[in-house]
Amino acid sequence: MQVTLADIKRGQQGIIADVSSIHIPLKLLEMGCLPGNMVELVQVAPFADPMYLNINGTHLAIRKETAIHILIDISNE
Amino acid sequence: MSKQINVALIGNPNTGKTSVFNALTGLNQKVGNYPGITVEKKEGICKLPRGVKAHIIDLPGTYSLNASSLDENVVIELLLNKNDKDFPDVAVVVSDVENLKRNLLLYTQIKDLEIPTILAINMSDRMDYKGIQLDIPYLEQELQTKIALISTRKNKGINELKELISNYKELSITPCLNASEIDKDYFDKLRQAFPNQLLYKLWLVITQDVNFGKVDRNQVEAIDSFKTKSTADLKRLQQKETIKRYQFINNTLKKGQTIDLNSAKDLRIRLDRILTHKVWGYLIFFVILLTIFQAIYDWAQVPMEFIDGAFASLGEWTKNVLPEGAFTNLIAEGIIPGLGGIVIFIPQIAFLFLFIAILEESGYMSRVVFLMDRIMRRFGLSGKSVVPLISGTACAIPAIMATRNIESWKERLITILVTPFTTCSARLPVYLIIIELVIPEGRFLGLGYQPLTLMLLYLIGFGTAVLSAWALNKILKIKSKTFFVVEMPNYKLPLLKNVALTVLEKTKSFVFGAGKIILAISIVLWFLASYGPGDDFNKAEEIVHAEYAGQGLSDIEMQQKVASHKLEHSFIGITGRAIEPTIKPLGYDWKIGIAIVSSFAAREVFVGTLATIYSVENEDVDTITNRMAKDTNRTTGGKLFTLASGISLLLFYAFAMQCMSTLAIVKRETNSWKWPILQLTIMTAFAYIVALIVYQFLK
Repeated sequence: MQVTLADIKRGQQGIIADVSSIHIPLKLLEMGCLPGNMVELVQVAPFADPMYLNINGTHLAIRKETAIHILIDISNE
Repeated sequence: MSKQINVALIGNPNTGKTSVFNALTGLNQKVGNYPGITVEKKEGICKLPRGVKAHIIDLPGTYSLNASSLDENVVIELLLNKNDKDFPDVAVVVSDVENLKRNLLLYTQIKDLEIPTILAINMSDRMDYKGIQLDIPYLEQELQTKIALISTRKNKGINELKELISNYKELSITPCLNASEIDKDYFDKLRQAFPNQLLYKLWLVITQDVNFGKVDRNQVEAIDSFKTKSTADLKRLQQKETIKRYQFINNTLKKGQTIDLNSAKDLRIRLDRILTHKVWGYLIFFVILLTIFQAIYDWAQVPMEFIDGAFASLGEWTKNVLPEGAFTNLIAEGIIPGLGGIVIFIPQIAFLFLFIAILEESGYMSRVVFLMDRIMRRFGLSGKSVVPLISGTACAIPAIMATRNIESWKERLITILVTPFTTCSARLPVYLIIIELVIPEGRFLGLGYQPLTLMLLYLIGFGTAVLSAWALNKILKIKSKTFFVVEMPNYKLPLLKNVALTVLEKTKSFVFGAGKIILAISIVLWFLASYGPGDDFNKAEEIVHAEYAGQGLSDIEMQQKVASHKLEHSFIGITGRAIEPTIKPLGYDWKIGIAIVSSFAAREVFVGTLATIYSVENEDVDTITNRMAKDTNRTTGGKLFTLASGISLLLFYAFAMQCMSTLAIVKRETNSWKWPILQLTIMTAFAYIVALIVYQFLK
C-alpha cells in the first residue's frame, strides 16, 4: 500500500517509493532520502510535527509539510 | 624539506572532525576568519614522521559539495581553486563508522575532483558495540584510497593517519565512479567544449550559485552558456547523480561492511524515548537550564571572591611601590580597577561556555531543536532558531552566525533581528553587580533570590526575543520557501579535550576582545575624571572648606567632600551632568549615565567605567560593589542603588542594543544597514520606555 510519509505512525516502517524533486531539498536527498531506501518513524514531537526519522541508517527530523511530498510503500499486515 | 604539506580536513557534521583536528594539532592551532566573510577558519600545524610538517585546515562541516550555506561555500571554493595558498595537497575525509553510507557520498564527490584523498573512519571504538565489521583491503581497493581506522576517543590510529598523510604522493587520484553516465550526451558535449577542464568541476560550477570570483572568471562566463537546461532539469540531474553515487556506495558496502544487528546495542532509542518525550522532554530541558544558572552562581563564587580581593590589593600595592604621581594614579585608579571589573567575570563566563559546549558536543542540542520547532514556528522562527537563542547567552556574534543553517530567509532574518535580546555574557557582569546591590540574599524553595532574579532576566530576554519575532512575522512581508532538515546525531560523551579547547578559545577571545576596549576607555575616563576646567575643580579644597567650615567635620569626611566636589566638576562630571536630565527620570545619576554612554561600545564596559569613576573619587581600599553600595542619590537623598533604580537599570540593559560588534555583524549577515539601524533605535527606545515606567512605578 502506498501512503505519504506524513501518514505513518510512530514505530512504523516503509520503503521510499518516490520523492518529488521539486518540493524536496537536495540536502535531504543527499542524506539518503531516495527511492528504495528504508524509512522508520522513530519519534514525533507534539502535534506530530516535526517527525524524527531513521532513513537508511541516518537519523534526522523533517517537518510534516515536507513529509507529504515523500511517497512510501508499507506492507499490509 | 621546507615545504609544508597542505592538508584539508573535510567531513559531515557530527563525525568528530574537530576532534581529529585537535588530535593532530593539539595546542598548535589558531582560529580566525576567512577574508571578507565571518566563517570561522581553523588551522594548525602537525608534526609528521621524518621531520615533515603539515599545515592543517579544518573546513566547515558539510554533507556534500552542493553548497547551501555560506559555510559550505568555503569548502567548495577552496577545493575548486588550485591557486589558493591553502589548496590541499591531500584531503582527509573524516567519516563516522556508524554513518559510513552517508559519509561516503561526500567522499565520492571529493574523489571526482582528483585530489589525493585519505578516508579516515572515526569512532572505530564503537564498532564492536554496534556489531560492525569492515573489510578494509576491499574498501581501499573499491574506493581507490588508503583508509585510517581511528578513534579520537581512545586515541588510536592517529599515528597511522599521520603516516598516510606524509605518504600522500602514493595515493591514487582516480575517481571511484563515473557519474557522467547519468546524461551521456550532455556531459560529452561539455567535455568537448572544455577539454582541459575536470568534468565534475564544470558540473559544480554550472549547478552552484557560489561566488567563483577567485576561479577563472572567463571560464565561468563561457560555462554560463551551458546552463541550457532549466533549473528543474538540473535539479533532476542532481537527483540522478545522487542516486548513482548511492548505488555505488551501497554496492561497495554490501561486500565491505557487515553489520550484525543482533549484537548492536542502541542507547539512542532509550535516551530519546525520554529526552524527546512530549512531557518529560520539555521538563528535562527546563531543569537543565535551571541547573546551569544555579551552577554559574554557586561554582564561580570562590574564584570570584579571590579575584576581587586580589585586584583590590594589587591597586594598593601599586600605590605603595611606585613613586607618587599622575602616572601611578593612572595605573592604580584607572587601569587596574577597569581591568579588574572584567577579569572578575571570567569564572562565570567560562562556566557558561562550558555548559553550551557540553550541550552541543553531546548531541542534545539537536533534540532541543526537534522539541521546539513546532512552538517556535508559531512565532515565525524555526526550531533551529533555538541554537542561536541559546548560544546567544554566550555572545550574539557567533549566535547570529549560527543562523546560517536556517533554510528559510524569513525565519533566518527574524532570528537575526531578535537574537540580541537574549542575555549575552557581556550583560552578565552588569546584571551580577546590580543584583548583588539591590536583591536580598534570602532563599526560596532552596533556590537563592539572586540566582532566581538572574534566571528571570534570562527568561525576560528570551521571552522578548520570541514575542518580537511574533510581531516581526506579522509585519515583514517576505515570501520564502521553508524547509527544515536537522540531523539527530548519536549521543556522545563530550570529549574533555574538545570542551576544554572550546572554553579556552572562547573565554580568551571574550577577555582580550573586551579587555582592549576596556583598557582604552578606562584610560580616557581616568583622565576625564582626574582633570577639570576652572576654579570649581582646581580650587575645590578652598571652596569645600569654606562651605563646611565650622560644621565640625573630621579630616576624613572633609577629604571625601573635596574628592566628590572635584569629581563633579571634572570633565567627566560636567559631561555627565549635561546628560543627567535625560536619565534622571529612570532613577540614575550622572555616573550611571556616563557608564551607559560608554557601554554603547560594549555592555561590559559599564562595570569597568563605574569601577574607574568610583576609585578616582574614593581612594580607600575597597571592592567596587561596596563603593557603589555606599553612594547616595543627590536628588532623593537616599541610596543611589535602590530596588527601583536597580530594576530599572537591569531592564534597560535587558532591552537596549548596546554592542557595536553585533551591529556590524548584523550588517554583514543581512547585507544592509537597514536592519542594524532598526535594531539600534527600536531596542534602545523600548529599553528607555520600560526603564522609565518601572522606576516611576516602583520608586
